[in-house]
Amino acid sequence: MEDNKPQLVKVTVDGIEVEVEPGTTILQAARKIGPEVAPPAMCYYQPLKGSGGKCRACLVKVAAGSAKDPRPMPKLVASCITPVQDGMVVENTTSPQVLEARKGVVEFLLINHPLDCPVCDQAGECDLQNFAFEHGAAKTRYEEERRTFDKHDLGPYIQLHMTRCILCYRCVFTADQITNKRVHGVMNRGDHAEISTYIEKAIDNDFSGNVIDVCPVGALTDKTYRFKNRVWFSRPVDAHRDCPTCSGKVTLWYRGEEVIRVTARKNEWNEVNEFICNTCRFETKKTSDWVIEGPTKIARSSVITANKYRADTIKPDFVSRLAAANYKPIDDTRDTSQLSIQQLPPERFASSN
Amino acid sequence: MGKKILLEHIDVPGIDTYDVYRKQGGYTAVEKALKTMTPDSVVEEVKKAGVRGRGGAGFPMGMKWSFLAKPEGVPRYLVCNADESEPGTFKDHYLMKHIPHLLIEGMIVSSFALGANKSFIYVRGELMYVIRILEKAIAEAKAAGFLGKNIMGSGYDLELVVQPGGGAYICGEETALLESLEGKRGNPRNKPPFPAVKGLYQSPTVVNNVESISTTPWIINNGGDAYAAIGIGRSTGTKLISASGHINKPGVYEIELGVSVEDFIYADEWCGGIRPGHKLKAVVAGGSSVPILPANLILNLANGDKRLMSYESLSDGGFATGTMLGSGGFIVMDETACVVRNTWNFSRFYHHESCGQCSPCREGTGWMEKVLHRIEHGHGSLHDIDLLVDVAKKIEGNTICPLGDAAAWPVGSAIRHFRDEFEWHINHPVEATQPGAVYRGEMALV
Repeated sequence: MEDNKPQLVKVTVDGIEVEVEPGTTILQAARKIGPEVAPPAMCYYQPLKGSGGKCRACLVKVAAGSAKDPRPMPKLVASCITPVQDGMVVENTTSPQVLEARKGVVEFLLINHPLDCPVCDQAGECDLQNFAFEHGAAKTRYEEERRTFDKHDLGPYIQLHMTRCILCYRCVFTADQITNKRVHGVMNRGDHAEISTYIEKAIDNDFSGNVIDVCPVGALTDKTYRFKNRVWFSRPVDAHRDCPTCSGKVTLWYRGEEVIRVTARKNEWNEVNEFICNTCRFETKKTSDWVIEGPTKIARSSVITANKYRADTIKPDFVSRLAAANYKPIDDTRDTSQLSIQQLPPERFASSN
Repeated sequence: MGKKILLEHIDVPGIDTYDVYRKQGGYTAVEKALKTMTPDSVVEEVKKAGVRGRGGAGFPMGMKWSFLAKPEGVPRYLVCNADESEPGTFKDHYLMKHIPHLLIEGMIVSSFALGANKSFIYVRGELMYVIRILEKAIAEAKAAGFLGKNIMGSGYDLELVVQPGGGAYICGEETALLESLEGKRGNPRNKPPFPAVKGLYQSPTVVNNVESISTTPWIINNGGDAYAAIGIGRSTGTKLISASGHINKPGVYEIELGVSVEDFIYADEWCGGIRPGHKLKAVVAGGSSVPILPANLILNLANGDKRLMSYESLSDGGFATGTMLGSGGFIVMDETACVVRNTWNFSRFYHHESCGQCSPCREGTGWMEKVLHRIEHGHGSLHDIDLLVDVAKKIEGNTICPLGDAAAWPVGSAIRHFRDEFEWHINHPVEATQPGAVYRGEMALV
């Protein structure tokens, strides 16, 4: 089988060898090996052409450039945009220099981040949370005031929290590549740069909601879902519908009996498989509108979802049983019935195992 | 007197007009190149001359030209980087203002060598009057038949466009410049691909500094070997140095590379010494982004030899005891200059000019500026010094473009060589924040 694909190049990442097609980036080669050696990516987003290179989270050390020229590269390189060479030796987690640089990147990303995770809708599925949890220091050395921005209203669907933004440019690429007209972009320069529309405009486009899915942090969130729930209280379910504008393949997020949010389906790298339209995302929130396929398999790791949403190994009712077993009444007068996760009736799952 | 190549006719009255420039031997290089030489032989002469990029990086210009990809049916571009914004550097401004035709002649010869039919001069937006001077000079050159279609019957066409920038320092970085020239936000691009393969409008592009391009007429007229004979070692030719600071005669000087730093500062021909009654404390040798050096290290190498004005000698000893020639912005400070304040000022500049694209530079430059501001204003603590070193180290080398390095080097070097002064600022906040207060502790003044 190797004979008809003679073009494959060999790359070694953290001592593990992998064969990939020429032109593949180091990051993709490492992802092919597995999540243990894949560098984190805050700005790179595979479905978006031109993304990457900005956050510097994926910096790796190239200990040998190629078999022909085994000299190491002088600087750390951004693995998401650097193509592999045959015989390249890459050090990711095995290089103290890389880990040190990554620690620096986390610190830089966090110095002006508000750290308002307790009230942020993204908490629990936030790339920055995962990244900081894995590579960051527990304490900050930043004593200055964090930067703030004037508020901008982006219309009825999308909520912008500019203070949380890490300027990954993903939403800009999304608007460029899947919508016909981009009305938002990055304004200003340096640490005053901000995502904004020029002179207070609403983002009005059938696919604008996808900027919420691509945002790695809670800078762009769903207004129809705002402050309604914490991610870990809801249960993701794959569903589809016959949509005239998009593929209609989505993930529904249930809390109790209610669909509280609709998102596109994401792969194990937290990247959207197929972008969905605003009608599916914001306006179709009844179970009767959808054909349920089954519980979503969440393969990616996350600070809060880790070991919790393994739908392939864990039965759907596991979480609710777990919650019931560990349930301790809170000493207040809140209505706690909403906090426990109710099991969905089995007929909801078209292909439930 | 040192050899003058670029500023040979600077004192001739009316040199900014075509007639006077032509009388002084102007445009003979265009005639020679277009009539008697092939593009490849022009590239060969420039390669022989060994002229190194004058914009700061010092990359051999001939080599850069030979890297230019030449696919069929795709236009090639030459872009002149006249977005000179480095604090302390003002040589290109001077050159364009006084001898605009030299740059235009250089652009014609260089474009011919690279096979570019449309070339751009990207001038920083603040220099609107220089843009008008250049446009007038281009019109004159066009009227004289040195620009336009079929130049001097050679069949070679060239159109020269002057493009004002928006005044951003980052647009002096070559890929940000190309983005800006394309009408986009001036963000540096990820490399590879390099501009020599995919540059302006995704076509192969060479970006050269004003001074580099201005050397080509002389090289064509006199030969690459003659140029290589000037200078020292791999630092060939002459270099414009923008001298500023506490010296008797600030200004733009053309020096033969290899002049000793001591001569440059103290000889009457150039800076004319430190202002009366004061002593040399420190020098920033190549524009604000290169490491600052104290008096003893700028005059002498670590081994005691004299330091020379050349690419190699100035960077001798790495960053521990050396610096860089950079773009030739020679900032001299006497003992009344406060290094902490100066470092803060540089940091403020880089904080303001960071494009905000990649996180270490965007966040780190602001952080360093704030910490330095704190130290300068008497609110610092001793661990802030180590914090600055650490932040600078985490920016350096981890960014998309060299602006991150440029922001980190001045801070790192100032602390490396003037740590006492930082400590004094922190330990004596009341004295240090008095107007005009400067550290007068032990240090080598010359």
